[in-house]
Amino acid sequence: MSELFYDAAPNATRVAPERPKVRNYPDKPPEVTLFGTCVMDLFFPEAGLDAIRLLEREGIRVHFPQEQSCCGQPAWTSGYVKEAREVALAQLNLLDNGRPVVVPSGSCAGMFRQHYREVFADEPETLKRVEDLAERTFELTEFLLHVCQVQWQDLGEPTQIALHTSCSARREMNTHLHARQLLGKLEKVERLEHDHESECCGFGGTFSVRMPEVAGAMVQDKTRSLMDSGAVEMVTADGGCLMNINGSLEKQEVAFRGRHLASFLWERVSGEKAS
Amino acid sequence: MSQRIPVTELENSFRGRASEALADSQLRTNFRTAMDSLMRKRADAFSDPDEREDLRELGNHIKARALSKLPDLLEQLETRLTKNGVKVHWAETTEEANQIVHGIIEAKKGSQVVKGKSMVSEEMEMNDYLAERHIECLESDMGEYIVQLDGEKPSHIIMPAIHKNRHQVARLFHDKLGVEETDDVNELIRIGRRTLRKKFMEADVGVSGVNFAIAETGTLLLVENEGNGRMSTTAPPVHVAVTGIEKVVENLRDVVPLVSLLTRSALGQPITTYVNLISGPRKPDELDGPEEVHLVLLDNGRTRAFADAQMRQTLNCIRCGACMNHCPVYTRVGGHTYGEVYPGPIGKIVTPHMVGLKQVPDHPSASSLCGACGEVCPVKIPIPELLQRLRQENVKSPKEHPKVKDGGAKYSRTERAVWRLWAGLNTSPTIYRLFLWGATRFGKLTPKNVGPWTQNHSAPVPARRSLHDLARDHLGSQGTKGGRS
Repeated sequence: MSELFYDAAPNATRVAPERPKVRNYPDKPPEVTLFGTCVMDLFFPEAGLDAIRLLEREGIRVHFPQEQSCCGQPAWTSGYVKEAREVALAQLNLLDNGRPVVVPSGSCAGMFRQHYREVFADEPETLKRVEDLAERTFELTEFLLHVCQVQWQDLGEPTQIALHTSCSARREMNTHLHARQLLGKLEKVERLEHDHESECCGFGGTFSVRMPEVAGAMVQDKTRSLMDSGAVEMVTADGGCLMNINGSLEKQEVAFRGRHLASFLWERVSGEKAS
Repeated sequence: MSQRIPVTELENSFRGRASEALADSQLRTNFRTAMDSLMRKRADAFSDPDEREDLRELGNHIKARALSKLPDLLEQLETRLTKNGVKVHWAETTEEANQIVHGIIEAKKGSQVVKGKSMVSEEMEMNDYLAERHIECLESDMGEYIVQLDGEKPSHIIMPAIHKNRHQVARLFHDKLGVEETDDVNELIRIGRRTLRKKFMEADVGVSGVNFAIAETGTLLLVENEGNGRMSTTAPPVHVAVTGIEKVVENLRDVVPLVSLLTRSALGQPITTYVNLISGPRKPDELDGPEEVHLVLLDNGRTRAFADAQMRQTLNCIRCGACMNHCPVYTRVGGHTYGEVYPGPIGKIVTPHMVGLKQVPDHPSASSLCGACGEVCPVKIPIPELLQRLRQENVKSPKEHPKVKDGGAKYSRTERAVWRLWAGLNTSPTIYRLFLWGATRFGKLTPKNVGPWTQNHSAPVPARRSLHDLARDHLGSQGTKGGRS
């Protein structure tokens, strides 16, 4: 029964091996819609633009419907079904044109692909449209990797980075695997593991304001392990986590920062400094 | 931290207790270290992801099948157990369950009870109930013994004393038992066992929990690692098992994958040191075993959960604790912060059916919905989905008829109004664009303190131009239309 009491310091990054969810990907389409997400819209617009450029670079025409707003997730995770449904329906109507939808955020993509089914569970007619949207919604990294099958030349200087993946992106979209493979295509980029890499950064939408003490402890641990990894910077494919982690780093008055994966990738493959 | 919670709120809220726990660096180290170790052990025990996922699928199926015929299986269980000589009792509330147990002890004029680990007995607060009636109830599981000695409650459903490290246990034994202070884990266990060994022989009644109750054969299955379960169920002349009605499974074949899932998920063990199959009292030609065996089947809100197709899934739980071991919130605040018998993710979804949402109004929100719990659950309970459902029930107005006990505990007209505004903003492209225009133009005026967010973050300052603007400039008017155009 020695497991009753522990004191040895563990190396804690080991988690159970994964079985990736299987998804069949279509051929590269001529056009896509970019759903920018509300967080990126207001706080990381350049990263959204870099996502557009990455897609255009693959010969895809990108549409950005100006009527788009939010996927509805904040109200949904707060328990306000009616409000979430109204906002979700507005996006569903807007995106209801058969065109593939690319989302530079795993949690919003997960909202389209997984949770709209729950939002519209009692509406059989709408559910058909929800299934159709789910089928053609792609998180940015999986779209670049599996649909565009990008072949890149790394034009940047050698660097070391840490990758943070949002929990919904990890568990609903396999984004961590896709992002790792994309980064693996860049010859001069070394991805360093960080302690408790698969653990949540503590954002969780309204969780970070409803439970600021617990969420604060989580983001502090996350930023510490990111900095301890030895990486020069952090990249992530999720605006929410980015806002959480960068906001905390700024409050701590340290120089280390994260940025959106789209901006990082664009800089490496275009040779331009990201906008 | 810039904002402190008022002292009056501190004592009785999740946030308050969490703040206290977070400030206790020893506690945080103990939990982090222990949970890391448990996660590693589970990972090692399930090294083949395909096998693991198939087994989880099977586990989910077995439990769902058992629940789909729960009333029939419970009847069958009672018939079989009775045939085997076990007396079956039904309790709707914990009060009734306590009365039954007390009645059994009283009939034997007993004064000493020794108990193997049982979370249902914690639900009943059996120790206190019996103590008030001058019956001593001693915990025989080492972890339970430690928390009982310190006048505490378990902080984990599998490892009750996990919040303490061995130095703290050494000090406790020194203070309470008067033994020499030693950090040697084996010696500490020897000290505990010496005390307990005597009690097994003296006790009038032994109490235990049940991991699986098998309807087909009338068998009670109990897994454990210390032998205290076997001692508690065989040494005293009377054995009383207490369990929840959801523990019934159809047949012995079902138990094989479930036990494997349980022991591997809990401690990374292929199987526990002891697996007890109890099928009745001592028979006339047998030398040992109890003369009487009783089973108390407790409801305590379980039929309420059962009645709701979605919430019924909470009854799949086999109490392995993997969800708490993998929970970033539990790891940081520990089990006592939850203030209830069942902590962690599973606690958040089973407790409301027992005590009502009014008693645990903040539990559903105390999660980032990261999904780690649902990912490891051996019987595939969609814990995040159920938390989500509880959040919905929590904010319903009385007119919306909440379906979970004491739903609407967090109903607030103000918050509802805020979300109405939010929905208006996000469904009207004109208002949304106007909002973007204002936010990007006056973003610099964002105050330094914007409520709880700035406790941990700098104030979020909007960019000077929105993605809507950048995309319109970049793509031109051709690329900006949505809908069926």
